[in-house]
Amino acid sequence: MEKGNQVAQIRRATAPPGEARPAACWSCQGPVAGTEPFCPTCTAVQPPAPVDHFIRLGLAVEFDVDETVLDRRYFDLQRQLHPDRFATRTPRERTLSQQQAVALNDAYETLKDPLRRADYLVHLKGSGVLPEGCHLVNDTALLTESMELREALADADTVEQVDGLERRARQDIADCIEQISVLFGDGDLEGACRLTTRLKYLRKLAEETRVRRAQIGPGV
Amino acid sequence: MAEPMLQIHEPGETPIPHAGTETAAVGIDLGTTNSVVAIRGDGHTEVLRDGDGRSLVPSVVAYAADGSAVVGELARRLLLDRPDAVVTSVKRLMGRGVEDVKSLAGTLPFEVEPAADGGMVRLKVAGHSLTPVEISAEILKALKERAEDHLGRTVDRAVVTVPAYFDDAARTATKDAARLAGLDVLRLVNEPTAAALAYGLDEGAEGLYVVYDLGGGTFDISLLRMEKGVFQVLATGGDSALGGDDFDHAVAEHFLAERAASLGESSLSSAEVKMALMSARLAKECLTKQDAGEWSLDADGTQTMHRLDRATLEALIAPLVERTVKLCDGVLEDAGVTAADVKGVVLVGGSTRVPLVRRRVAEVFGQEPLSGINPDEVVADGAALQAEALTRGSDTLLLDVTPLSLGIETMGGLVEKIIPRNTPVPVAKAQEFTTFQDGQTAMSIHVLQGERELADQCRSLAHFELHGIPAMTAGAARIRVAFAVDADGLLTVSAHEDTTGIEQHVAVKPSYGLTEDEMSTMLYDSMKHAAEDMARRLITESRVEAERALGAVAAAVAADGDLLEADERARIGDAMTAVRSAAAGDDRDAIDAAVMSLEEITRPFAERRMDRGVRRALAGHRVEEFDGGPDQDADRGQE
Repeated sequence: MEKGNQVAQIRRATAPPGEARPAACWSCQGPVAGTEPFCPTCTAVQPPAPVDHFIRLGLAVEFDVDETVLDRRYFDLQRQLHPDRFATRTPRERTLSQQQAVALNDAYETLKDPLRRADYLVHLKGSGVLPEGCHLVNDTALLTESMELREALADADTVEQVDGLERRARQDIADCIEQISVLFGDGDLEGACRLTTRLKYLRKLAEETRVRRAQIGPGV
Repeated sequence: MAEPMLQIHEPGETPIPHAGTETAAVGIDLGTTNSVVAIRGDGHTEVLRDGDGRSLVPSVVAYAADGSAVVGELARRLLLDRPDAVVTSVKRLMGRGVEDVKSLAGTLPFEVEPAADGGMVRLKVAGHSLTPVEISAEILKALKERAEDHLGRTVDRAVVTVPAYFDDAARTATKDAARLAGLDVLRLVNEPTAAALAYGLDEGAEGLYVVYDLGGGTFDISLLRMEKGVFQVLATGGDSALGGDDFDHAVAEHFLAERAASLGESSLSSAEVKMALMSARLAKECLTKQDAGEWSLDADGTQTMHRLDRATLEALIAPLVERTVKLCDGVLEDAGVTAADVKGVVLVGGSTRVPLVRRRVAEVFGQEPLSGINPDEVVADGAALQAEALTRGSDTLLLDVTPLSLGIETMGGLVEKIIPRNTPVPVAKAQEFTTFQDGQTAMSIHVLQGERELADQCRSLAHFELHGIPAMTAGAARIRVAFAVDADGLLTVSAHEDTTGIEQHVAVKPSYGLTEDEMSTMLYDSMKHAAEDMARRLITESRVEAERALGAVAAAVAADGDLLEADERARIGDAMTAVRSAAAGDDRDAIDAAVMSLEEITRPFAERRMDRGVRRALAGHRVEEFDGGPDQDADRGQE
């Protein structure tokens, strides 16, 4: 039993807040584990638990996310928690369902996009480990690359040239995401952080190709 | 009826039949040119028709000298005789300011009251001064009456559709109009999303679909992913001032130019403009079937004849159609997909009958658009489906997005975006701002909607000021501005200064909205039964709360009844009976008191349940060593 107690203590220290000690359901006053969206007794919707986006959607905390699984979890939870399910309920239930749906949308939007996911994961795992200002521009090679690409885009004056730059940016983005995945897998947070910054630049550039194409206009 | 004490419910299920279900909930498509009301029952949607079998109610309102209104076909017929007393296309003015109308009035058939800038626009109709909200409320009342006549019972709740591209001001105005008409808005649903719901359920569609919705005054384009009952909007775009009306304008201008060429310039009254637009509309409609025709124009006491063929019509409207095509491209780019990924294109709105529109849509998406459901009725059909889903539960789910970015004005008139367009709703986001001058104690917050980078090119939604910031050096204060958009697409903004905790909270009821005061005056003026209506709403709320409390206690007793002594159980039973009988009556205070006393009586029971819950949770952690994990539900099977 002594060993068992130790395990329990360790679990409690690392478990998300509220999991070990249940909270009182606002509706029936009964116990609800902190991560549960519904009271197990009276089924009333609960406030969103203060957990990270991965836990909220029932996913492992890692960079590689299976999009099909992500979508399925998100849809399943929204089916239960979306305000449309509470349109005729009490104001409190409507408010809570809205808070739950907001938290789900935030989690989904963050994890669906590789850039936002990488950024989030760096912050989640890196707080206290990585130096402050990891995202500031202090990487000359990166800065140079970004400036060169921007200049190339500004100089492009045909749609074909812009298309070429966009294709290159998209390929770089795909490569960059793959490398980020490897670095997270190796536990190299600093490397992942650096490449996340690069991904931001590349993404911005791809967006700017759209603007540039509109400036040049069709039929040039 | 099942004994509630024994019921075990799945999460999200309504425990007891709902108190408010005796009244009906309808779906309403409040259109620029025509409106439609539909209701769901017995597994199919019924679009409600008049005695002549017409589902479309022209969105036309005629006012008599005493202020009473006539809506629909009859009002449309009055358009020729009493053009000054008739309002058409009022939807185009929803949530619009006087400034907006100034730029439109040259072409729009409205008599705008001269008013100070910044308020909601007012129209002069038959000697009355009316807001677009009041005029729209008349249309909604007519639809409500049509439904009530048909069903023989009160209709007080509705899903009302709005263009996906409607901004916050226009959405708020629509909701206000429904309130004025005595309708509780269950949800504002975007028109293309409603159409997708009706279409998808009908056809069992799966995959990526585009809804191209060109109505009388608005254009929406939405890209949705449909999958197993989930309708997920990926991106939306549009123009809230582009529709069939603009086709009519183009044709009318063509006619008037021809007339000026032969008779010289003449200034037209707003009544004559309305008639010219009617001729133009007739021409447009005829040319969907025939190749050419001749139409007359009456003004200044002289009649002129104008010939128009389809090729000329298409040349006149081509620039407008190309604007929709460009918006289609933009939405596909936003979602990162190409036309080839799109599995089907649904056409919605009367203006999609124009052959040029169909042809261009087919070209852009490389496929013939689908038109299985009547494009005039599909939106109301979807709205009725959603009304049923909201009141009676459903397996389908609509996941919609914000059509326009939301932000606030920062230094130099720039816009800082807080919620980008195409973000799923509901959404809440916050951003920190700071002071830019030493000793600055107030901060003006200007809420904007739109995609442009400069504040004066975006739509201004609201201005408010946060006062009482302690004097600090520039950049030291921490002002947190939080934006929340609900499932109706309506925005609430709050600001909070962190060092002092000063807070300001505004539901964005803004620049072009009605104030709460104006709204209550209107409610008072326009509804004889406003007080009764309010009382009924309040009692419904109390009943819903009573039902919630009963369900909660019943579930608690079912789960943890072993913690109750017989006499305590009896007392709880009595308190529940008291709540039930109070809820059967009409005394709101009695219901609230009974609920409070039930909660009071069950408090010791709740405490014992919590104690046990905590003990079990701790026990669970000791058990996990042997069982592999805590199981919160391990004890639920006991009852």
